Amino acid sequence: MQDFRTEELAGWGRYPRCPGPVARPRHAEAVGALIGAGGVIARGNGRAYGDSAMGAAATLDLRRLNRMLSFDDQAGRLVAEAGVLLGDVIATFLPRGWFPWVTPGTKFVTLGGAIAADVHGKNHHRDGAFGTFVDWIDVMGADGEVVRASRDENSELFAWTLGGMGLTGVILRAAIRLRPVESGWIAQTTIPAQNLAEAMDAFEAADDASYSVAWIDCLASGAALGRSLVMTGEHVQADDLPPDRRTHPYRTPRKRQLSMPFDAPTAALNRFSVGAFNALYWRRGLRAPRKALVDWDSYFYPLDAILGWNRIYGRRGFVQFQCALPLNASEAGLRALLSETAVAGQGSILAVLKRFGPQQSRFSFPMAGYTLALDFPANARTLALLDRLDAIAADHGGRFYLAKDARLSAATLHRADPRAAAFRAMRRETGCDRAFASAQSERLLL
Amino acid sequence: MTDTVLVLGGRSDIGRAVAHRFAAAGHPVALAARNAPDLEADRADIAIRHDVEATLHEFDALDTDALGDFVDAFDPVPGIVVSAIGAMGDQTTSETDPAAAAQVMRINYEAPAQVLELFAARMAARGGGTLVGISSVAGDRGRAVNYVYGSAKAGFTAYLSGLRNRLWGTGVHVVTVKPGFVETRMTEGMDLPGALTARPEAVAETIFQAVARGRSVVYVKPVWRAIMIIIGAIPEPIFRRTRIGS
Ligand SMILES: Cc1cc2nc3c(=O)[nH]c(=O)nc-3n(C[C@H](O)[C@H](O)[C@H](O)COP(=O)(O)OP(=O)(O)OC[C@H]3O[C@@H](n4cnc5c(N)ncnc54)[C@H](O)[C@@H]3O)c2cc1C
Ligand SMILES: NC(=O)c1ccc[n+]([C@@H]2O[C@H](COP(=O)([O-])OP(=O)(O)OC[C@H]3O[C@@H](n4cnc5c(N)ncnc54)[C@H](OP(=O)(O)O)[C@@H]3O)[C@@H](O)[C@H]2O)c1
Repeated sequence: MQDFRTEELAGWGRYPRCPGPVARPRHAEAVGALIGAGGVIARGNGRAYGDSAMGAAATLDLRRLNRMLSFDDQAGRLVAEAGVLLGDVIATFLPRGWFPWVTPGTKFVTLGGAIAADVHGKNHHRDGAFGTFVDWIDVMGADGEVVRASRDENSELFAWTLGGMGLTGVILRAAIRLRPVESGWIAQTTIPAQNLAEAMDAFEAADDASYSVAWIDCLASGAALGRSLVMTGEHVQADDLPPDRRTHPYRTPRKRQLSMPFDAPTAALNRFSVGAFNALYWRRGLRAPRKALVDWDSYFYPLDAILGWNRIYGRRGFVQFQCALPLNASEAGLRALLSETAVAGQGSILAVLKRFGPQQSRFSFPMAGYTLALDFPANARTLALLDRLDAIAADHGGRFYLAKDARLSAATLHRADPRAAAFRAMRRETGCDRAFASAQSERLLL
Repeated sequence: MTDTVLVLGGRSDIGRAVAHRFAAAGHPVALAARNAPDLEADRADIAIRHDVEATLHEFDALDTDALGDFVDAFDPVPGIVVSAIGAMGDQTTSETDPAAAAQVMRINYEAPAQVLELFAARMAARGGGTLVGISSVAGDRGRAVNYVYGSAKAGFTAYLSGLRNRLWGTGVHVVTVKPGFVETRMTEGMDLPGALTARPEAVAETIFQAVARGRSVVYVKPVWRAIMIIIGAIPEPIFRRTRIGS
């Protein structure tokens, strides 16, 4: 076990935290010797919020497997090791006219993490999740053998691994497709919505927009419940850029990188400061021009501008609630979730609403309907609130995003998501249950 | 034209970081190592990320007789050659096993000195070039815990200093790099003091800047220069009794 060293581990929410042995292999070939012990889990850049990437027995930090192996500049197909960061993909290929087809709200995720959580972006309603653009993956299974899996070859393994949260094996390499873009700019349209019904109407009206997302003021209640700013976006073609940008369409202003050097006092975020922030943000949104030209970094990754922003929630960390609701129950479900949150007064600064297209992979999170994500500081009151939100989501036929979860109960998960039982059965049959386990998979009986 | 950068010890964490840093500035890079084909993924990564030419070269620094052919195979001679070769060895083993000690001395001193000397001649003949030798602060003063390694690094540091002086006026410049602790395969599993420990990328940045500015001797974190001045000034009887000395 000399390859392992004990370190304190946590997800992005820094809740829960717990020490455990970690190894950092330098080569794909070295991974085999590390999974022998059993109960291990792969870890990417630790951007999952909770305990998905904390091994039950040991953790394999794969960020050193970060080599780009080949690029087909006709098809836009990149073959790379799983530890390559999405941000590095953009840095390398945007200047050559390519951008990821699907990106989460941070560029600091690895390809392995993006595949294992089958992450979604602001374009799920049109383009699907990250896995749609994965042509194949090399996966190291319980027996240490590396298997190439795709839609045609080892298709069962492929289907379970997209969204499988590292519990089907270690993804070593992947082939992913990028989309051609003519510039690094996004034309953004902001649509203020006075309440939830207006926001949902705006989403449905924007069905053909490439990107759409809404920021919700989740402290607004009564007639203003669900008051939000719906933002759509389109990649800008070179000819549509202002003349001074046309010569270097991929060049965008370099941004100042801020960082959060210390933990904010726990009391810094309370109903008053959050309320004031949300009201301010809302009023600014109303005044802002409806149409704006925004660079890709500010548009897709506003939070990445502040490194370590997770410390704003203080030492105790924070938790995120994210569920997906089926279309026919979305309005009722969202209304109930937002009312419960507004009443509790545990407002979250980051409340995000998105429209989802249909589920594609076996165990991935998205389903046709809406998804709501809320952040809360981790404390007894918000944890109790989250239990109530779980029940509301489950009652409306919703399901939960494992990449955000840190505290769901196994009973709630299995009640809300019958796929979990099939996933578990598959793990038992393939021997993956013994080889691969995270703190989350043990808690949720996956 | 941007100079090609040859990295001797291309598998090392520092060597790869150096290759990436120069490639990012548009330099073609060549990685030399034992079992070079194993480095194909690293080669591809450098070529793809930085859109430069990257090549692999089989190289055993201890195969003295083959060094001449190895060097001659580069035609034209690379503009910049960086030696990241080295090995810590095991101090206790070195104390009892002269062959093991010889190996540590050879890989940290003899081999890099010999190969850089051969490149120096070709660079001088061409009228220009830069040689970079990665030595160590361990060569600034012998310590009980690693003096076999440290003494070899001291020899290498002195060699680089002499070489620099000999080449004065030929257009060939020699940079001596003295890292303190660096987080690499060499130090894996050791408890390194966080504030004094550099990442390989920081070493690479230091080297890149030193080459660009024609510096002669560089430490990696500025604090190390101060530390080594102080350590160098401690009288031997006292040094013996300190934690650093022993
Ligand atoms: C600010 C922010 C915004 C976000 N926005 C979104 C969003 O819009 N949409 C969205 O879908 N998600 C979003 N996320 C969540 C994030 O995209 C996912 O959690 C993603 O999985 C993180 O990738 P990672 O490399 O950090 O993986 P980690 O967090 O380290 O791991 C996540 C999971 O992937 C598994 N895994 C990682 N690497 C491998 C591998 N090589 N082989 C097998 N399994 C592996 C782990 O076992 C774990 O289960 C956001 C997160 C943050 C912090
Ligand atoms: N890490 C530190 O704290 C630190 C501090 C000061 C100085 N340094 C110096 O920095 C340099 C790079 O070291 P590192 O930390 O990156 O460690 P490393 O990965 O162990 O690098 C040592 C390199 O030397 C090569 N090498 C050893 N014997 C060789 C031989 N016979 N022929 C060819 N190559 C040989 C190794 O090649 P293989 O891959 O083929 O084994 C490897 O590339 C070394 O000179 C080291 O002394 C390191």
